[in-house]
Amino acid sequence: MGFGRYVLQRLLLVIPTLFGVTLIAFTLTYLLPGNPALVKAGALATPAHVAEIERRMGLDRPVPVQYWRYVTGLLHGDLGESSSTGRPVLEDFRQRIPATLELTLASLVVAVVIGIPLGVLSAVHRDTALDHLSRLLGVGGVAMPSFWTGLLLLYVFFYLLGVAPAPLGRIAADVTPPTRILGLYVVDALLTANATALVSSLHHLMLPALTLGFAVMAPLTRMVRATMLEILESDYVTAAWAAGLPRRRVIYGDALRNALIPVITLLGVIFGFLMAGNVVVEMVFAWPGLGHYAVTSLMTKDPGPIQSFVLFVAVMYVFVNLGVDLLYGLADPRIRLR
Amino acid sequence: MTDLLEVRDLTVHFDTEDGLVEAVDGVTFNVRSGEILGVVGESGSGKSVTALALLRLIRPPGRIVQGAVRFEGTDLVGLSEDEMRAVRGTRIAMVFQSPRTALNPVLPVGRQISRLFELHQGASRAEGRARTIGMLKLVGISEPERRARQYAHQLSGGMCQRVMIAMALATSPRLLLADEPTTGLDVSIAAQILELLRELGRRTGASILLITHDLGVVAEVCDRVAVMHAGQIVEVGTVRTIFARPLHPYTQALVRSIPRIDRDVTMEPIPGTVPSLLAPPPGCRYADRCPRVLDVCRRDRPALRAATPNHDVACHAVEVEDATARG
Amino acid sequence: MRWRRLTRNRLSFGALCVILAVTLTSLLAPWVAPYDPDNPDAEATLVSVSMRHPLGTDVYGRDQLSRVIHAGRVDLLVALSATAIALTLGSALGAGAGYRGGWVDQLVMRGVDAVMAFPAFILAMAITAALGNSIANVVAAIAITHVPIYTRLIRGEMLRVRETEYAEAARTVGNRPHQIVLYHLLPNCVPPLVVQATLAMGFAILTVAALSFIGLGIQPPQSEWGQMTAEGAGYVVSGEWWLVLFPGFAIMLTVLAFNLVGDTLRDLLDPRMRGVR
Repeated sequence: MGFGRYVLQRLLLVIPTLFGVTLIAFTLTYLLPGNPALVKAGALATPAHVAEIERRMGLDRPVPVQYWRYVTGLLHGDLGESSSTGRPVLEDFRQRIPATLELTLASLVVAVVIGIPLGVLSAVHRDTALDHLSRLLGVGGVAMPSFWTGLLLLYVFFYLLGVAPAPLGRIAADVTPPTRILGLYVVDALLTANATALVSSLHHLMLPALTLGFAVMAPLTRMVRATMLEILESDYVTAAWAAGLPRRRVIYGDALRNALIPVITLLGVIFGFLMAGNVVVEMVFAWPGLGHYAVTSLMTKDPGPIQSFVLFVAVMYVFVNLGVDLLYGLADPRIRLR
Repeated sequence: MTDLLEVRDLTVHFDTEDGLVEAVDGVTFNVRSGEILGVVGESGSGKSVTALALLRLIRPPGRIVQGAVRFEGTDLVGLSEDEMRAVRGTRIAMVFQSPRTALNPVLPVGRQISRLFELHQGASRAEGRARTIGMLKLVGISEPERRARQYAHQLSGGMCQRVMIAMALATSPRLLLADEPTTGLDVSIAAQILELLRELGRRTGASILLITHDLGVVAEVCDRVAVMHAGQIVEVGTVRTIFARPLHPYTQALVRSIPRIDRDVTMEPIPGTVPSLLAPPPGCRYADRCPRVLDVCRRDRPALRAATPNHDVACHAVEVEDATARG
Repeated sequence: MRWRRLTRNRLSFGALCVILAVTLTSLLAPWVAPYDPDNPDAEATLVSVSMRHPLGTDVYGRDQLSRVIHAGRVDLLVALSATAIALTLGSALGAGAGYRGGWVDQLVMRGVDAVMAFPAFILAMAITAALGNSIANVVAAIAITHVPIYTRLIRGEMLRVRETEYAEAARTVGNRPHQIVLYHLLPNCVPPLVVQATLAMGFAILTVAALSFIGLGIQPPQSEWGQMTAEGAGYVVSGEWWLVLFPGFAIMLTVLAFNLVGDTLRDLLDPRMRGVR
């Protein structure tokens, strides 16, 4: 079956890609300044002690062997240790993933809920004020660095208007976070009917989500608009009109349905933008997520977490793209059926 | 007998980035009840735009500048969009060229037909489906139940065209606009499609406006033919007359350029190209390519006049000839 | 040729002017900047927008206008170098892969896939973190993340040209295939390359700014727009907005200009790549 082949192809491609990814990540870790054994042994260790630790860590083995140890370590969840927290990186990750996840999801919602309709309407009402506005936002948004957007929003909504909270984290200092079910404060607060926590966490999520959402929305809107415009010019849309279907129905039914399919592939790329933007936005708002962790570790001369973070993001990216490809294959009958 | 369709002075302009394109200029012709009228011309001569204009499907940057389109007595140009929508697909239907791209790739083809029954005839889902199967059989598609569930990319070009025809004839329109229905199809399939069109036209009593660049197609199925050049109609007449005694130099050149199998002729391509419709010349648009061009041709646009009953020509040279012949 | 079209479109003409202005200002920074950017002035710390200091001063009293002008040099230098390197390296790899085919092609494409498996900024972060903070390392990091774009582009062209020109090349005795393919290849590739490179400039600037903002890449005493924004970030909550607004705006303006010119170039030079307006 054609589709089976398609799925198999995609799945098979994942393996060499992951191999390449781990290879790159390993190279970068290997290139890191400093001797990890030294870091582990401490500053006062004797050369003999350091050498002993080196041997135990396998740093004296040939490179391919080290790579093998690295990969097998990864598969066992060994991402190294953080010298600043003193804990395995994996544990630090586990603690901080929900924050990043919450920010990512919220930003995705903002981007999709505003961006896609905006792109569609912009294409349908081409060259009107709405279209010009959306194109301006699209072109401008792509050029605006996300940290700048975030800081400007902070200035306006926190300093000038006092509507937003200070960039100090996910929830007000005097509010207890909701009981942890998923780690997503907003969701957990909803699930435990915790009104104070819900309000506070939403309040704190507002600006970061808007910042990151806006950053990601710009390319999304542009591409949705372009796709929609192309489709509105197509023969089958004209044919549907010629057959007497009402204009509204043709646009929001036939045309939109076709336009949303390529948008699916976009979501994979959007995820990449989201992860990249996450790092910056987490720093601006002191949002205690993975990106924040990776960067602050680097500042304290703790190089491990950042490479693990990068590897983690890359692996996620690979699987997200795979998922997107498969979803696309299901959605488009031209691929699903032969 | 009033004609089914009377087009008078139809003019369509496009406001493009490069300027104003006068795509269709003062087009006048009739379509009689039950006949097949061919509209023939080179690419870019405005044939497709004319068809789209009849259905008021011209979208910005194009617009119908002037003209009247009387269909069964009503002027379509003056109708509101809602009223026009009632005409499309029910009284006038259109078949597009390149059938694969004219079908929605993500909807099963059967659905694209059955929903028209639901829309125009208030049929239920089941009724629509049943009538769709009937239509598919009518247009000669085997295994219609299976085919109806398939998508456009799973069907051959010929089958897609049959589906298009089924879609167009679903609600028994009085007029069918067929825009290059055989372009891109194998010769044998094309012949089948043409035969299908003629047969269905006869059976339902519908008239067909057949747009094509291929004179061979015209000779095959059409009763009368209108020749278009650079957005204007230059000659109208029965197929027999046009082929036997073409009057307009362009028509003559077209007829001459048909390769013949029964005798040796030198193939004579028509010199020059269609003039740009961006800033068309004031006089006759064929002047630069015409072997019989006169001074007046470059100044005044020739009007479409009856040379003989049922044979109209727009040409100064022909008029002059007639005048001298009459003494 | 179609330069008329480029200039007739007022927006892209304006964008072109902006690029020119920014480049010139950066080149002539020492003469254009009103003050010495590194000169502290204890009398004028945290001064807002004023006649003496049109863009204000920072906590050390340094004039922001002069700093923004000087910092621009770094941004443009980094973006230009990274783009140039990526273009050269990427094209060479793509040409080699497309021409040789076989295992060379496979190797290069797998490498490209591996690099593209990382979101670009994330990879640049990792490389800069591994190599250390310096202009050269940032340039290298950005260049590496951009190489795949050009590799794929040139390889694609290569594969096309190989099919069509190969027969001719075989017939042409005495001419080495290298030369033929290069002479036929280059004219075809230049338009999309120019378009990509222009758009890539924008991305490069955003990347170096973001890297510097989070503390990787360009750090004091070097100044760079993103790094300046980071310095000013802490002051936003206390109302000193000019420290953040102007460097960030400089980034946006420059990136916007490159994007607009790139888009216009794309519409003009390569209808195949044409997006819809």
